[in-house]
Amino acid sequence: MNVNFSEEELAFQEEVRQFLKEKYPKHIQEKVKNGLHIEKEDWVEWQKILYEKGWAAANWPVEYGGTGWTPTQKYIWANESAKHHVLEVMAFGMKMVAPVIYTYGNEEQKQRFLPDILQSNVWWCQGYSEPNAGSDLASLRTTAVREGDEYIVNGTKTWTTLGHYADWIFCLVRTGRPDEKNQTAISFLLIDMNTPGISVSPIITLDGRREVNEVHFENVRVPVENLIGQEGRGWTYAKLLLTHERTNIARVAHSKVRLESLKELAANTSNGGPALMDDPIFKKKVADIELDLLALEYTELRTLAAVSTGQAPGPESSILKIKGTEVAQALDELDVEIAGYYCLPFVKEQFEYGFEGEWVGPGNAANAAPTYYNHRKVSIYGGSNEIQKNIICKAVLGL
Amino acid sequence: MDFSYSEEQQMLRDSIAKFVNQDYDFDTRQKIVASEGGFSKENWKLFAELGWLMVPFKEEDGGLGGTAVDLVGLMEELGKGIVVEPIIPTVILGGGIIAEAGSAQQKEELLGTLMEGNLQLAFAFAEPQSRYNTADIATKAEKSGDSYKINGHKAVVLNANNADKIIVAVRTSGDQRDENGISLLIVDADAAGIEKRSYETVDGHQGADLYFKDVTVPAANLLGEEGKALSAIQNVVDRAALAVAAEAVGAMEVTYKKTVEYTKTRKQFGVPIAVFQALQHRMAEMFIEHEQAKSIMLMAAMQSDAAGGVDRKAISAAKARIGKAARLVGQEAVQLHGGIGVTDELDVGHYFKRLTTIQFIFGSTDWHTERFAGL
Repeated sequence: MNVNFSEEELAFQEEVRQFLKEKYPKHIQEKVKNGLHIEKEDWVEWQKILYEKGWAAANWPVEYGGTGWTPTQKYIWANESAKHHVLEVMAFGMKMVAPVIYTYGNEEQKQRFLPDILQSNVWWCQGYSEPNAGSDLASLRTTAVREGDEYIVNGTKTWTTLGHYADWIFCLVRTGRPDEKNQTAISFLLIDMNTPGISVSPIITLDGRREVNEVHFENVRVPVENLIGQEGRGWTYAKLLLTHERTNIARVAHSKVRLESLKELAANTSNGGPALMDDPIFKKKVADIELDLLALEYTELRTLAAVSTGQAPGPESSILKIKGTEVAQALDELDVEIAGYYCLPFVKEQFEYGFEGEWVGPGNAANAAPTYYNHRKVSIYGGSNEIQKNIICKAVLGL
Repeated sequence: MDFSYSEEQQMLRDSIAKFVNQDYDFDTRQKIVASEGGFSKENWKLFAELGWLMVPFKEEDGGLGGTAVDLVGLMEELGKGIVVEPIIPTVILGGGIIAEAGSAQQKEELLGTLMEGNLQLAFAFAEPQSRYNTADIATKAEKSGDSYKINGHKAVVLNANNADKIIVAVRTSGDQRDENGISLLIVDADAAGIEKRSYETVDGHQGADLYFKDVTVPAANLLGEEGKALSAIQNVVDRAALAVAAEAVGAMEVTYKKTVEYTKTRKQFGVPIAVFQALQHRMAEMFIEHEQAKSIMLMAAMQSDAAGGVDRKAISAAKARIGKAARLVGQEAVQLHGGIGVTDELDVGHYFKRLTTIQFIFGSTDWHTERFAGL
């Protein structure tokens, strides 16, 4: 048992560093590093650069354009990316719908959708949650009624992240009778956002930004060839995907980088005399987070190692979701603490790229509270942390 | 021992509660937050008419008595509506420092107008490097002849954009963190040489960073004795700490109750989520935290009154313990509401925002914990 890198792995690490240094656009780096507003064009630009290099899809099978990286290479990529403040690929196309398409879609669907996802020609959003179907996702009520060669879709999806940018939406819809069991009633449907009958309305979050939306469907006609797999199997597809997705959710590398810059910031923040980092209570808080993060890093490595030997990530991946979000939220909170009185100013224009005025407060202080507020979502979305604990109770502990 | 309110205290509470319930619903509040200046001048007039602006001042200063018990009563009730009108900066801080340090003439000139609702104030005490150390003052005021000249940068001055006058804590002698050599000057908000960087705050209030460049102030505007202002400043900041702690107690009460109500109506898995014991226990914790917070608030108020104004150790105890409660209640309220708790449209998120910032102003939870342990 060891966690050392081999010669080849060290060479790969060097290659990643060189690539990021040369090809990662500086303006995107600046935005990510400083928590500035990210535009749709930024994701598209970066994804196309990754595609050129053949590194667009770390987790896809090679035959569809994946990198074929080993778990160690993925680990290296994640760490180097975090250190360079790399913009993460937009998950909805790359990590959420694509795996469903290449696993359960037919040949025609694969050819039609996967290349455009890989090259970021088409922007996807997710249509799972509904106003009355959150933690209890299976109670969703959006219906798709077959009429000849089309489904007629009616209903409302919510928390649709960046849905206002999207060209396509992948949805869980009810094709069975309202009282039918989920295992046979829910289907996985791909819908063109330009279809008549679809409207998108914004939801403003606590940080004052538009990030999520409601998407309304009123008699939206969707060709039956947009159904993935079999009718009534959508729940199974989505569940498998969610488990798969949770292996990426711990964000260990990202939190490690944040922790380091937070320590540096606290060391340079005057606490009315001595540095804040020298304050014993503050120091202990930082150490507590660091310990949790260190344990989480090795939990993640164990999961990756298991996956590489062919085992599917099991319900243990719920640990990654719970602890990963707890660590991230604890870091958010310390950022607010460091800001002190400067957690108060809310200066929206400062977060736009190209803002040339003077920043209020030191460093990124003005972003601390809005980020903390916004990130309360991470213990709620992707299956709330309470739902993750239910999964552990049921599937692991047998309760 | 007597934990009951006097008739006057109960009337005051009832009148604020009535205002919050009838005239300050969440939509109204949000419209006020978005309005020019960020507060309602009509409400301010009403507060003056109802005598609320007189509550924190002593009778000899024209006020209603100024006990800490009265102060927390006022703030707790306002906290239930997360009221954004500038009570803290104008009355508690600005009015407070004038009452604490001013001459009879200064008090007469300013406090009367304030209590009539015709004067807005701001108190510029913090600086970018000072954090919670009120003695850490780099802004300098040099005296020549009959005037002072101010140069420096004051951080996050609440209500500075609305203020008619700003009271500035300046260094007139000594080194940056010396306890002696700190003075107070009353400055007209539109005095030449003040550059204001105004902003909304993340919790719906208003503030500004102030840059003083050769701002000339008549020597007569000195508030209190030159070089001896620190203890008055700390007293007033401590009163503000107690005031926002009390505001948090009120905000927490509404927050936990709204959460309980929401879980009774939100159905998932075919039942209201309130039936899940895992959630019930968390709401029980929120309730306990609020009660503990209220208890320590009353302790600090009574001890302060017994001490003749400010009991630092008791106030630190309250600010620290209430900060801890505010954190738990705010975070849990959002989590138990789920996605809707993170939206701008629901009131609970705004209570959470204010419960967060209160933890970091006028001394953070940790700062007060350390001061408590050291006193």
